[in-house]
Amino acid sequence: MTGRVSRTFAVGVALAVVAVTLAPVAYAVVSGFRTTGQLAADPVALPDPWVLTNYTSVLTSSSFWRMTLNSTLIGVVTTALVVVTGVMAAYALSRYEFRGREVLYTLFTLGLLFPLTVAILPLFLLLRDLDLTSSPLGVALPQAAFALPMTIVILRPFLRALPDELEDAAAVDGCSRLGFFWRIALPLSMPALVTVGVLAFVASWNAYMLPLLVLDQESAYTLPLGVATFSTQYTQDTAAVLAFTSMAMLPALLFFLLAERRIVGGLTGAVKG
Amino acid sequence: MTLLQHDRGETSADRARARSAQGRPPSRRGSSASADDWRRRGEVLLLVTPALLLFCCFVLLPVAQAAYYSVWSWNGLTPLEDFVGLDNYREALGDPVFRGAIAHNFWIVGLSLLVQLPLGLGVALLLNRPMRGRALLRMLIFVPYVLAEAMAAVIWLLMLQPDGFMDAALESVGLGRAVQLWLGDPGVVMVTMMVVLTWKYVGFAIILFLAGLQGIPPELHEAASLDGASWWQAQRAITLPLLGPTIRIWAFLSMIGSLQLFDLVWIMTGGGPANASSTMATYLISQGFERFRYGYGSAVAVVLFAISLVVALLYQRFVLRRDVADRLGGRRR
Repeated sequence: MTGRVSRTFAVGVALAVVAVTLAPVAYAVVSGFRTTGQLAADPVALPDPWVLTNYTSVLTSSSFWRMTLNSTLIGVVTTALVVVTGVMAAYALSRYEFRGREVLYTLFTLGLLFPLTVAILPLFLLLRDLDLTSSPLGVALPQAAFALPMTIVILRPFLRALPDELEDAAAVDGCSRLGFFWRIALPLSMPALVTVGVLAFVASWNAYMLPLLVLDQESAYTLPLGVATFSTQYTQDTAAVLAFTSMAMLPALLFFLLAERRIVGGLTGAVKG
Repeated sequence: MTLLQHDRGETSADRARARSAQGRPPSRRGSSASADDWRRRGEVLLLVTPALLLFCCFVLLPVAQAAYYSVWSWNGLTPLEDFVGLDNYREALGDPVFRGAIAHNFWIVGLSLLVQLPLGLGVALLLNRPMRGRALLRMLIFVPYVLAEAMAAVIWLLMLQPDGFMDAALESVGLGRAVQLWLGDPGVVMVTMMVVLTWKYVGFAIILFLAGLQGIPPELHEAASLDGASWWQAQRAITLPLLGPTIRIWAFLSMIGSLQLFDLVWIMTGGGPANASSTMATYLISQGFERFRYGYGSAVAVVLFAISLVVALLYQRFVLRRDVADRLGGRRR
């Protein structure tokens, strides 16, 4: 295989992969510009004429914006909780010697083995008893807790890799251990913190099962839950559902475009850790 | 400079720490070390407690409760008073629907590995070369992975409707005879699920493998081509062995994910038709949550956990152990 042929072949494969990858997304976005009548008459066609009403009615519906707000709020709270508590624990587990350290670390890594699914029924009952079933905290607290193991597994090697000489030098200069954590370790591990934060936020943004069980009022629904519910309520109006879905996924995709390297870096970091 | 002024109270202990690190024992070492010990413990406690609290309340406690509830017959409202021992487990493992769900999970585990590994590896190898727009390409490939499973499910659900986009697209390219009741035929639905799952998750494999490939020093390939190795030989002798750890961990993540599959199936079929696409998780939710059988659902959850655990432990014991050994060897070097 000569270089030129294999290059052309690679480009061809790349284009094919992208086409297959994007087809469903493009289908949703483009179909949102059609009417359900157009969709039924010819499922594979471009809009003719292009119709904006599906999208404008999504953008003017209060439920869409409320769901966006709910998703954002839950995502931000989840991320803040998991990053703050995670980096503190990871710091203790990486730069302190104490009895039971490895046991504690193993305990946290054990969490990797417990999928949320296993705990979902007791969690629902617990949150019901705590009266959190219509609150963003009801989703954010368990999500943060279940994201902790991954966060600690990613952060611990990162914090451990900070050279001891650095800490010794800081100690000679009169910096306490906590001072070192706050003034030196935290700023130096900012890239890793952003990475685990992004991973936690994306997971929260995309979550479906926990919100499905926990959130009992439509006013508290997140976007994935709202999209799924909307699609069963308006089964006859395909175009409206697709417009709603498109608008609901666009923010995440834009966010992801900005954060792609972080996500990939985090995933490979988790793999290496 | 600011470092010098920070936390006056701790400086002597920490200077001692630094000094003893240099192998020069300070005179008051004993007492200062024990005071430092207590401070150290306090710090550990302060740092670890929030995470531990969160983890215990919302992970360990509910998991333990699931184990506890699993031996009761309970609707989640009345007091626990109907102790049934292992009856829930007996019923679950004897239920053909649940056994079918377990089989579906393992079918997904197996096929995901068999389909996504060669596909992901092949595409990653092809794309691992200087190419205009590669950064954009990586982003686009990643779109399905980062898309919420629930939204992907809704889109595919609509595309796969009878006489919907998929059917019309197949007809327009002359494959009309291939049209099936994608989600309505019990014999077809699992194949459909695999197609959707591959679409959703193969990008993850590609990106992960690409990242792994980029961690391989280009000098190795340069040396190989200087020695006259062909592209294929270089891939086989250099790339694949060095990519081994990445592949093995990807496989692990893929398997664990497959065992917990829920969102996609729940929205697209609800486990149907006739339970033909149920998974352990959809069975759990439909039995435990929708029918208020919290005891029984908890037993199902414990079985789900036990299966995931056994798979994970076996995999780590027989596959991942090598990587850990490699890494330890590397550290000693």
